[in-house]
Amino acid sequence: MPAIHYILKDGAVRTVDVRDGLSVMEAAVHANVRGIDAECGGSCACATCHVYVAEADLDRLPPPDELEAEMLDAVAAERRPTSRLSCQIIIGPALDGLTVEVPATQS
Amino acid sequence: MSARTLVIAGASCAGVQLAASAREMGFDGPIVMVGDEPHLPYQRPPLSKGVLNGRTAVDQIGLRGPAFYDEQRIELLLGRRAVALDVAARRVTLDDGSALAYDHLAITTGARARVLALPGAALDGVLSLRSLDDALRIAGELGRVRRVCVIGGGFIGLETASALTARGIHVTVVETQTRLLPRSFTPRLSKYIADVHWHRGVNVLCGRGVRAFLGTSRVEAVELDDGHRVECDLVVTGIGVIPNTEWARAAGLPGDRDGALLVDTRGHTPVPGVLAAGDCVAMPSPFTARPGRPVRLESIQAANDGARAAAATLVGRDAPCVAVPWFWSEQHDLKLQMTGLGEASDTLVLRGRPDDHRFTAFHLRDGRVAAAHSVNRPAEHLLSRKLVAAGVAIDAERLADESFDLKSTLAPV
Ligand SMILES: Cc1cc2nc3c(=O)[nH]c(=O)nc-3n(C[C@H](O)[C@H](O)[C@H](O)COP(=O)(O)OP(=O)(O)OC[C@H]3O[C@@H](n4cnc5c(N)ncnc54)[C@H](O)[C@@H]3O)c2cc1C
Ligand code: FES
Repeated sequence: MPAIHYILKDGAVRTVDVRDGLSVMEAAVHANVRGIDAECGGSCACATCHVYVAEADLDRLPPPDELEAEMLDAVAAERRPTSRLSCQIIIGPALDGLTVEVPATQS
Repeated sequence: MSARTLVIAGASCAGVQLAASAREMGFDGPIVMVGDEPHLPYQRPPLSKGVLNGRTAVDQIGLRGPAFYDEQRIELLLGRRAVALDVAARRVTLDDGSALAYDHLAITTGARARVLALPGAALDGVLSLRSLDDALRIAGELGRVRRVCVIGGGFIGLETASALTARGIHVTVVETQTRLLPRSFTPRLSKYIADVHWHRGVNVLCGRGVRAFLGTSRVEAVELDDGHRVECDLVVTGIGVIPNTEWARAAGLPGDRDGALLVDTRGHTPVPGVLAAGDCVAMPSPFTARPGRPVRLESIQAANDGARAAAATLVGRDAPCVAVPWFWSEQHDLKLQMTGLGEASDTLVLRGRPDDHRFTAFHLRDGRVAAAHSVNRPAEHLLSRKLVAAGVAIDAERLADESFDLKSTLAPV
């Protein structure tokens, strides 16, 4: 199972083993990783599942589609080039070891 | 804080958020959450979307991971229903005869699907969609059904219609009102939505009531009030909900006309020690045409924000709910996002063109943005929420002009 590393607000790292096909958001919610609110449950409708993807991992991900890119304009914390909506990142073997950082706030 | 027991009746969106927020805000007493469904608390929005169209698996929709309840010391009593309340003794009776004593009670029992009491309603294949079990029952039928009749052209009905159409099933939607989404949409938007469904092959019949469900043991057709028959092998009704509050109102808690418990913006019912949130309450909203009128909002936003306000009250913090209402829906390839309350709005302004399937319809009331309905424009939706929250006054012509930067109307913070 691919492992995903979440860097929490206090700097601690939570590593979660995830079954393929779940999103980075779903994996976080299931493992009770704090700081990813995900109010819309992954519908790309709320922008409260924002994360920063580690620079080194960026090119492992397909770029955001138009809807996600637009939603990222409206995240509560600072938007950076590494910003993504975690509900739109689907986990598969190619993402083993992905590191994402939880932003300061989601709303 | 003293360890006083919080009992939460209803284990879904509002109940779980209330428990989680209470812990986050430092409530350290025992929390017991009672829910009459057998499943760990889950999200309902995917039921009529991903779960029906086959894109979302059941193990994806948990509200929290299973370990959450242990970690947060939330005792879950599942498959158990609250049936009676004694507010003087501060005691809730459950359907197995046991009783729970509380210091604080939070009522988050939500709502259930309204059923059509018509001839044939008990036939096999006449279903409604509210719970995970309902969704699994419908999904379980999909392999063998070819024609589905959806009763009700509201959000649940239309989402169901699009999810089933995506699976190659022929769907007819029957709506009593003369247009779709009559409660939320203006005639112009209703027409737009109806056209989208038509183009996707959904047979939309408005202005027609249902007289009976026909069939011997299983439904074979729906008989309309004009005598027309809609042949089908499955019926899904989506005709609104009834708050699950009878047991609490029997104990003296006041409700509105629909049975929703009346709460203030802090989640208080008029009964000491009893809070309530979510689909089962009506709360005064600053966003109505008559500010302060209680409204019942069936949405994740209202459930979460109401639950957070109630949790704050519980720990002695004053954080009333003043959140701007918002809601979303997915139909075919449309992402609909709505914010504010459009009631008594006087001007409708379109930004963008419906033909492009990317636009926002703004509702103005006295020159201010009262509501906005976006189609495939998520960023504009999120901005609209701010415009509604701030009650921004805006000129209709500017609003319609896409070269005008809407953000500039918000005062810098
Ligand atoms: C199919 C579907 C799709 C939806 N899509 C969207 C959407 O896209 N966006 C959106 O914002 N909202 C959507 N909603 C609405 C949203 O799901 C509700 O607003 C939300 O679930 C309300 O949460 P709640 O906790 O107040 O009530 P509920 O979710 O109704 O939960 C109440 C719980 O209490 C239980 N209960 C009832 N009576 C008792 C009792 N006496 N004792 C113990 N337990 C009891 C119920 O069985 C239920 O589990 C959708 C709803 C449905 C059904
Ligand atoms: S969970 Fe709402 S946008 Fe990702």
